[in-house]
Amino acid sequence: MSTLFDQFDVWGAFWMTIKLTVLAAVFSLVIGTVVAIMRLSPVPVLRFLGTSYVNVFRNTPLTLIVFFSLIGLWQTLGIELSAQLSVNAFRFAVIGLSVYHAAFVCEALRSGVNTIPLGQAEAARSIGLTFGQSLREIILPQAFRGAITPLGNTLIALAKNTTVVVTIGVAETAYLMSKVNEDAADQLTNVFILSAVFFVVLTIPIGLLTGRLSKKLAVKR
Amino acid sequence: MQIRRMSAVAVVAAAALTLAACGDDSGGGSGGGGKVTIGIKFDQPGIGLKQGEKYSGLDVDVAKYVAKELGYKEGDITWKAAPSKQREQLIKSGQVKMVVASYSITDERKKEVSFAGPYFIAQQALLVKKDSGITDLQGLQGKKLCSVSGSTSATKLKAKVPGVNLQEFDTYSKCAEVLASGRIDAMTTDDTILSGYANQAAYKGKLQVVPGVGGDEIYGIGIKKGDTATCKKINDALKKMVQDGTWKKAVETNLGSEYKIDSSKNPPQPAACS
Repeated sequence: MSTLFDQFDVWGAFWMTIKLTVLAAVFSLVIGTVVAIMRLSPVPVLRFLGTSYVNVFRNTPLTLIVFFSLIGLWQTLGIELSAQLSVNAFRFAVIGLSVYHAAFVCEALRSGVNTIPLGQAEAARSIGLTFGQSLREIILPQAFRGAITPLGNTLIALAKNTTVVVTIGVAETAYLMSKVNEDAADQLTNVFILSAVFFVVLTIPIGLLTGRLSKKLAVKR
Repeated sequence: MQIRRMSAVAVVAAAALTLAACGDDSGGGSGGGGKVTIGIKFDQPGIGLKQGEKYSGLDVDVAKYVAKELGYKEGDITWKAAPSKQREQLIKSGQVKMVVASYSITDERKKEVSFAGPYFIAQQALLVKKDSGITDLQGLQGKKLCSVSGSTSATKLKAKVPGVNLQEFDTYSKCAEVLASGRIDAMTTDDTILSGYANQAAYKGKLQVVPGVGGDEIYGIGIKKGDTATCKKINDALKKMVQDGTWKKAVETNLGSEYKIDSSKNPPQPAACS
């Protein structure tokens, strides 16, 4: 086990997985909220766009999205996010992960919205709040609180899905495993166990935290 | 009751079938009739390439010759994909009898498997566009280089030319594609694999191999650890292959006319079995 740490950048790989998870979580929450608002809005075009977004990205394999973000945007369209290729690949990985998980965040939020009795939205409109105001003041705060558990699920899935970005060469945990496999096959079992433990350590607190938060913040009705 | 008994019979029968299937899949006995499973690359032009039901490449020709010398007919060979990362596991679990898949002999790997051969000595090289102006290692300074995730060739180059900008993908084919489109300047791995790409119809005349940027890659045939009997037989077969000219022919047809073979090292003498 100790030779593993001497020979390979284990902590660097784990840190990269954490960075990917956190950044993609933030961006997918922002994109997902915007898409959810579009799907809830009274404007048919926006609803159509929101629904299309969810249907396209929820039903496409993540590998494809991540790979396309680099090959399609970088190679074909020539969009470069950094002159340093490893940073470039990392940023495209964050984009791919965010865009994919935003579809799930959107649906989690909509499930949260559905826990709110319709009368509240009607009451908000009838006292003269605009769509935006009722969303900000009445709907979204309750929706987020009701959607904590499904959002936690998405976050856990996101943490594990970061292993897909090894296809575009981001040096995270799956990359570490393939490197060990290539250079020191006798350490293979060790690195598998280590990676499994790392992911458990990373995801169990997320599950516990969202479980407790969802109880604590549950909307009393 | 009747139904339950019948289903029990069905389960036993299914289990027996599965076990029998396992028996067929294993590498087979050593020599003389029967079937043999050999691990090769399925996606490396010039080395081991599967196109429909046809297999071609240097490794395929070597494997066929060795199998023939071990007493298997060509029709008895089952080819199995052996991607770089699975080679040790395929051998250790007995799913293949041998792996002939641009498999470099290294001390690390010798801990897990034994090697027969070597049958070829390749070198690390660069693949660049014809008009790129990169002619040696120093020409890479500040350039964009592509390789496969976790591959040793990229790590070695990075140590020599720290200013290189590295992009990695999961397959070499993706690197070749991006290289041809001009978004990166070079890709690196063994010259045999690179020549395969340079000779592919899609890239012919556009890409060029720059040799001599790194050390030797000594290709051996991976077999179960400690199987010296098979190792000796394979080595005899390899010697015979070199003597009767089949080896030279296989190298020339598969690696193309532009491939500069390092004749001071090739054909290599098989090492002693251990």
